[in-house]
Amino acid sequence: MINRLSLDYKQLPLVATIALFVLMFSFGSLRYTGFLSTQVFLNLFIDNAFLIVIAVGMTFVILSGGIDLSVGSVIALTSMVAASLTMEAQLSPWIVVPVSLLVGTILGMIQGSLIHFYNLQPFIVTLAGMFLARGLSYLISVETISIDHPFFSYMANSQIPLPGNNFISISVVIALIVAAIAIFIAHFTNFGRTVYAIGGSEQSALLMGLPVTRTKILIYTLSGFLASLAGLIFTFYMLSGYGLHANGMELDTIAAVVIGGTLLTGGAGYVAGSVVGVLILGIIQTIIVFEGTLSSWWTKIAIGVLLLLFIVLQRVIVWRSEKKAGTG
Amino acid sequence: MKAIIKSRLFWPILVLMLILLINLFFDSSFFSMEIRNGRLTGSLIDILNRGAPLILISIGMTLVIATKGIDLSVGSVIAMSGAIGAMTVASADGTGLGPLLMAIGLSLLICTFVGGWNGLLVSRVGVQPIVATLILMVAGRGVAQLITGGQITTVYYDPYSFIGGGYLLALPFSIFIAAFVFLIAVLLTRKTALGLFIESVGSNPDASRLAGINSKNIMLMVYMFSGFCAGVGGLILSSNVMSADGNNAGLWFELDAILAVVIGGTSLMGGRFYLTGTVIGALIIQSLTTTIYSIGIPAETNLVVKALVVLIVCLLQSPEFRRKVFGFGKVKGAGEQKGKEGATLL
Amino acid sequence: MAEQLPRLEMTNIVKEFPGVKALSDVQLRLYPGEVHALMGENGAGKSTLIKVLTGVYPIDQGTVTLEGNPVHISSPLKAQEHGITTVYQEVNLCSNLSVTENIFIGREIKKYGRLAWKEMHQRAEKLLERLQLKIDVTKLLSSYSVAIQQMVAIARALNVSAKILILDEPTSSLDRDEVQQLFAVMRQLKKDGLAIVFVSHFLDQIFEITDRLTVLRNGEWIGEYKTAEISRMDLVSKMIGKELEEMEAISSKNTGNTTESTQSFLQADEVGLKGKVEPFDLEMRKGEIVGLAGLLGSGRTEMARVLFGADKKDKGKIKVNGKEAHFSSPRNAILYKIGFCSENRKTEGIIPELTVRENMILAIQSVYGWFRYLSKAKQMKIADEYIQLLNINPANPEQLIKNLSGGNQQKVMLARWLVTDPDLLILDEPTRGIDIGAKTEIMKLMTKLSKENKSILFISSEIEEILRTCDRIAVLRDRKKVKEFDNDGKLTQQDVMKEMAGGG
Repeated sequence: MINRLSLDYKQLPLVATIALFVLMFSFGSLRYTGFLSTQVFLNLFIDNAFLIVIAVGMTFVILSGGIDLSVGSVIALTSMVAASLTMEAQLSPWIVVPVSLLVGTILGMIQGSLIHFYNLQPFIVTLAGMFLARGLSYLISVETISIDHPFFSYMANSQIPLPGNNFISISVVIALIVAAIAIFIAHFTNFGRTVYAIGGSEQSALLMGLPVTRTKILIYTLSGFLASLAGLIFTFYMLSGYGLHANGMELDTIAAVVIGGTLLTGGAGYVAGSVVGVLILGIIQTIIVFEGTLSSWWTKIAIGVLLLLFIVLQRVIVWRSEKKAGTG
Repeated sequence: MKAIIKSRLFWPILVLMLILLINLFFDSSFFSMEIRNGRLTGSLIDILNRGAPLILISIGMTLVIATKGIDLSVGSVIAMSGAIGAMTVASADGTGLGPLLMAIGLSLLICTFVGGWNGLLVSRVGVQPIVATLILMVAGRGVAQLITGGQITTVYYDPYSFIGGGYLLALPFSIFIAAFVFLIAVLLTRKTALGLFIESVGSNPDASRLAGINSKNIMLMVYMFSGFCAGVGGLILSSNVMSADGNNAGLWFELDAILAVVIGGTSLMGGRFYLTGTVIGALIIQSLTTTIYSIGIPAETNLVVKALVVLIVCLLQSPEFRRKVFGFGKVKGAGEQKGKEGATLL
Repeated sequence: MAEQLPRLEMTNIVKEFPGVKALSDVQLRLYPGEVHALMGENGAGKSTLIKVLTGVYPIDQGTVTLEGNPVHISSPLKAQEHGITTVYQEVNLCSNLSVTENIFIGREIKKYGRLAWKEMHQRAEKLLERLQLKIDVTKLLSSYSVAIQQMVAIARALNVSAKILILDEPTSSLDRDEVQQLFAVMRQLKKDGLAIVFVSHFLDQIFEITDRLTVLRNGEWIGEYKTAEISRMDLVSKMIGKELEEMEAISSKNTGNTTESTQSFLQADEVGLKGKVEPFDLEMRKGEIVGLAGLLGSGRTEMARVLFGADKKDKGKIKVNGKEAHFSSPRNAILYKIGFCSENRKTEGIIPELTVRENMILAIQSVYGWFRYLSKAKQMKIADEYIQLLNINPANPEQLIKNLSGGNQQKVMLARWLVTDPDLLILDEPTRGIDIGAKTEIMKLMTKLSKENKSILFISSEIEEILRTCDRIAVLRDRKKVKEFDNDGKLTQQDVMKEMAGGG
């Protein structure tokens, strides 16, 4: 089915995603005064920097034909670890940051190993990981831990000025660097290509002698690491650790990746698409804020409708290329 | 002995027993029951009663998973069902049964319908189940919040409480509902050829179509049934608390239900399904929650324990794990795994 | 050649699966610059031997030496490092990647730490040119035909400075020209000093291309022979372990059996489907076996699928027993007492997770619908009856079908349709990929059915089989029915082939 996607068709979802973003931004600009400004655009990045980071990790997982449900909880756990180490153990950020990053990395590595060595389904394993991470963060504390530390305040508040009186945050820089590295990895390293190969057909990848084991474990490790990184960015953003942070974030992430044009069955998609996918989710929220009278649940309904549109679009593409393959 | 260990139900039942025994260790009266005010009470009854919604939803989920599908939307459908039910009787008072029937009819109808929507996307449009139901999972909760206006709506109409809180023959009514749906599901799937067809479609949809089975309708049906089950579960949950909460009702239920199905021995790859296993799976999850509350472990650990149980059960079911740890379930499993994709063994 | 050091020597290889000794004391010697056939029926252990050689399965006992040095091949990756590469029957590449990538993935060319796409594309083009193939290598593999995909797989194999190339039934989905093209490539590679293992069910091809052959039977090593020094009959009898006379008896069973029947069961009148098969006429009389001959892609499978309603026709009329019949789905066709055994046993035939019994009753049960569920006793009776009739092994109705060998799975598929007592049975390549014993049984069964006044539409790539069994033969070419022959005993393979090839 997906095997028959041809190159030109494959890029169509990405084109559609970008077109949709442009369309939505123009719609907002025409409808609301103050919408059409560089800062509104940049705010999309500032408010969703952490989402970009996890969406990048999730893209690799989904490209390989898997799924990672644990990312939202890992954000919460990372924020808890960072907060408690900083506030309760009074450790320096030089220790706190690496330790926090290790949290998700290790969890991801364990998940990847379980999935690979015991042939368990990613869905179930990362579901367990999701419970585990959230449970652990509650074990650290049920309450919110506010962070009051110069390093975190600096990361939260410093603005990097851009021409025209605009600014971005440090988190945005981190997110963009992550995205750039990820695009390079996806297209110009063997690891990246192996991810696509596994998503196309794991059996073939194995028979072709590709390092499937290493790659699969690495994918989940990477996703775990990025989730932790996103957790730190989220902590900078919220300046607190809390077990309920990022509740349901895995769904937003998956939605962003799908809207970004990646096939959920794996094997086709782009990291850049996922970034645009995140921006689309962001712009929906921005529009709802600008509208003022709309309630928050319209966000969910809108995301649902967009998901539907993109999924049907993917189906139509597959159908058309199947037809083409049939006659050709 | 070997036959018993090999049985799909062995491990789930063992785990359930273990959890119950742990309870007995902490509370010697755990297994005791007594009749109070004509109502049978006791921890075991409590587990059954509280577990009823999960059992219901897991039964629907089992059939969906058997067709190689998955239904992520059940949690949102629960919220919708509760919202529709509660809003229908919100303005009713007194004891007339009209509004009650209206509420039940309306929510079940709509829930079956949205289940059918999932089914159409999967069977007719050809969307992967996880994606198709993700749409409703996201949008459905939005719709539930839309119905309740984002508020918790309280119901003051007495008959509504019977669904989830009533008693019949000294037993909670919800147990009867769950048992009834279970019975219907078993009868439909095991006494007719429906079960065979479902397993066939789940194992190889193309071949099933060529053998004359209407795969599309079978898929449509299981999603409708799953929607229906979630609807019933939603009514019970909303009736329990006599309110509708679009934000939180049914949260995480899809995950618990999938867990219950997997613990019960049905593979997420479709094919064979085990309804009794699912019910035991749901009971394991419920007793776990109850246990954690009753023996005084902080409630927060619930999630950690749940995660560990999931992992243990999945590992026990993994042929690779069994081979490495116990040395049985040997190579056969490996042969099957490898054989599945490439060449046959011989 | 004999004095030369073998490139590969496998001695006393033992591989056991629970309850089955898949290989016992098997040998294999490969010399550089030869094409070596691995012969045997299904279940003989060919696939297992290949999987052992390529590191997919570990061996239980035995030694493997490469150019005199003992080696331990623990994974496909290790095998590749030793220069052993395989091209499988079902192309095991990633069709979601480009041609170039499929050739290079796993050992990409890098420059400054990044993949050098441009260089890889150029190298890929060069490699394919060596195989006489000029295609756009940047396109996805899925946009090309199976034959080209196979060439790409070989190009990939060559790129790893391969020493041993294993071709596992590479020709089963190629047409004649493509096979010849493949052979030309194989000859070239042979000249370059490669040792090639070739597995095929087509004897013609074995005798055309191979130098030596190793015969396996039931996991045991039967012998190693020079192809030029063994006769066809000898080889076949070594493979199936039957006496020569018996073989000859089978092969001369059905020549010239034209049944005189005038009663028509099904009539297709200008039936067609755009892009699949041009409008055609076809009559199926009762008690008649009609053969469909044609190359792969000639529209024969498409024709069968349209007749069965698996694909909806968009032109013409189908009459069953003289009355117009509308079928839009396989289900309708089954209700008209038509059965269809697909050529893709794995994807369109068996239900892997179900038992032999359940697989057998599936079609009849779908005729009955859900509510008239066959009792367990009845199901068992049916299963036992057909297991016996078709000699299915293992004779256990509760065995999962995925654990059966290909030939036995095929028999279960036949049973599935026989249970429905069809008036017309469409058999699409029922003999493909199964051993000679099972083949003969299936052909005997067809003759028996036709004597019971059933009609059979028989599709096969082996013209000889068609000539032996069919009363009439329709030939397809380029999605079009071009000719219909009466098999009067004078018809020869050449006559049929000429029509299939066309242009003459």
